[in-house]
Amino acid sequence: MNATEMRYVQAVAQALRDSLEADDRVMVLGEDIAAAGGSFKATRGLLESFGPQRVLDTPISEASIVSAAVGAALTGMRPVVEIMFMDFITLAMDALVNQAAKARFMFGGQGSVPMVLRTPHGGGLSAGPQHSQCLEAWLAHVPGLKVVCPSTPQDAYSLLRAAIIDPDPVIVVEHKGLYAQKGLVEPVVGRLGEARIVRPGHDLTLVSYGATVATCLQAAQALAVDGVEAEVIDLRSIQPWDRATVLASLARTHRAVVVHEAVAAFGVGAEIAATLSDEGFDELDAPVLRVGAPFMPVPFASSLEKGYAVSVDAVLAAARKTLN
Amino acid sequence: MSAAPRKNRLSVPSASLLALYQTMVLVREVEQALSRLFANSEVPGFIHLSLGQEAISAGVASALLSQDSLATTHRGHGHVLARGIDLDGFFKEIMGRAGGLCQGRGGSMHVADLGLGILGANGIVGAGIPIALGSAIAHAARGTGGVAVVFFGDGAMAEGVLHETLNMAALWKTPLLLVCENNGWSEFSPTSRQFAAQLEALAKAFGIAYGKVDGNDVVAVAEAARAASTALREGQGPFVLECVTHRVRGHYEGDSQKYRDTDELQGLSAKDPLARARDALAKAGVPGAEVERIEQAVLVQVEAAITAARADALPLFEDAAGDVYTPVTQESRA
Repeated sequence: MNATEMRYVQAVAQALRDSLEADDRVMVLGEDIAAAGGSFKATRGLLESFGPQRVLDTPISEASIVSAAVGAALTGMRPVVEIMFMDFITLAMDALVNQAAKARFMFGGQGSVPMVLRTPHGGGLSAGPQHSQCLEAWLAHVPGLKVVCPSTPQDAYSLLRAAIIDPDPVIVVEHKGLYAQKGLVEPVVGRLGEARIVRPGHDLTLVSYGATVATCLQAAQALAVDGVEAEVIDLRSIQPWDRATVLASLARTHRAVVVHEAVAAFGVGAEIAATLSDEGFDELDAPVLRVGAPFMPVPFASSLEKGYAVSVDAVLAAARKTLN
Repeated sequence: MSAAPRKNRLSVPSASLLALYQTMVLVREVEQALSRLFANSEVPGFIHLSLGQEAISAGVASALLSQDSLATTHRGHGHVLARGIDLDGFFKEIMGRAGGLCQGRGGSMHVADLGLGILGANGIVGAGIPIALGSAIAHAARGTGGVAVVFFGDGAMAEGVLHETLNMAALWKTPLLLVCENNGWSEFSPTSRQFAAQLEALAKAFGIAYGKVDGNDVVAVAEAARAASTALREGQGPFVLECVTHRVRGHYEGDSQKYRDTDELQGLSAKDPLARARDALAKAGVPGAEVERIEQAVLVQVEAAITAARADALPLFEDAAGDVYTPVTQESRA
């Protein structure tokens, strides 16, 4: 298939367009997604192509629009709902946690909830404490939900296509800071739950997802100067996550650091570190370390946010600690 | 339409009245049986009974077509029974058996039958309202000709999702019938202390058609629901139907209801919707023997379902634990 160069946000729009074309049960709904084309333009042009019944502008009513997606999914549709900033899922937690996640199980497998919620997380834009959070660990903690977090334009396309086809509710966490990133995109449907080795190495494993995959690659390049070859794994899918790939990498490198932009405490990294420390115990030559945000809200001022963000230096420091 | 009690009018054929009565008897007998089973520790957890509210279930269900969908509440037994849910599967579910409609994973507050368009009872007050909105959107998008019905109690009037849903349903003329069972109680508190507005004013604020009926008059409910659903099917937009009724039992079984006035509780028998329907049947010339035959048949049916549930196996933990997600083999890859 032909690869086309496009931005991450264009890959999202293309995945929506191709999904709408492939399956007439697919509909897209959210705040300002139709006429305005989306706050980040991830839905640009869809209204013109598919009409207002399948590309639906909603009022600012997060709780009810996500619940409505659940009801539509239970009535034969495949809704894709956009929540403009991940911080706003706080308003839709009943729909996600009590309804979408549990319907299949608590109805005895009578049906599933084939819905997708797309939402951007992440800081770096001075968007402040209520427009910058990375809350994916909350959702990964809920049995019944799936959570993916693409770090490239290709994965933004492939994982969203896969999420829309998936019969269960999937949260697709995009990153605001990656929307402008360019890359080649092939129109292929991905698979949920498969990590990708971005950079092979044999001295230690850096496990990450989302925007900090790039941070890890920069750290790996710096380590290479010192003759240390770090393997960088992009999880891509957080729930389920690819234990096999990460454990196999650990078996080669015997050292691991988990890196993410979200708050480190009680986070995705804690789950991965605990699993590696348990199932991978015999392979470990050093404790598994975590690098994440400090336990504080995301601050606004650039100088403050710079201090908050996970830096290459922080990853390097953790990597060197595991090597010593 | 008026909330004032009125004489049962014979605007429905006596055969239809008999069918409505039969549905009410079914709900009554099931709820009373569940009350006994709960007291006898044969129903785990907690249950919320709809005794005294049977006319709303029967009346609204009589207006629904097979393609319609409904979402209901923690007090939802009557709604799903009136919709025609399998009685064996219903009792097995509530008694926590393997053959339950939900394989014993949901219980009383999560009874569902997606094949009948029953999108579930719900343990979260008001949560069914926006789910039904989405279902109604799906009906419109798919051109099923169906409508979505949501039952909610007056306690849910204070939930934000009701207000959000009224707004969206009005904006989009969604085929959504919102049925409020106003029994005056928001769990353990009188709704007059919980909600500052009136549902009628709320519906009108959004320009939504509204009707209010005596919810203990099954004919009135059936007529109102039929008129509302007809308007919905004609594309006239959403409809709010407020059914004034009374909660005979506590919020849940075992609730001693010390917060309720004894006079109020004692006066409820005069308002009994089944007694009123029996009077109407007599006035319509339906022989008493015919009414009793129906009552006996329902009783036999309910007893048989309970016997079957008691004999059914308990669900296995391993089966449930392995069924959180759709098996990959069932995935429909495009």
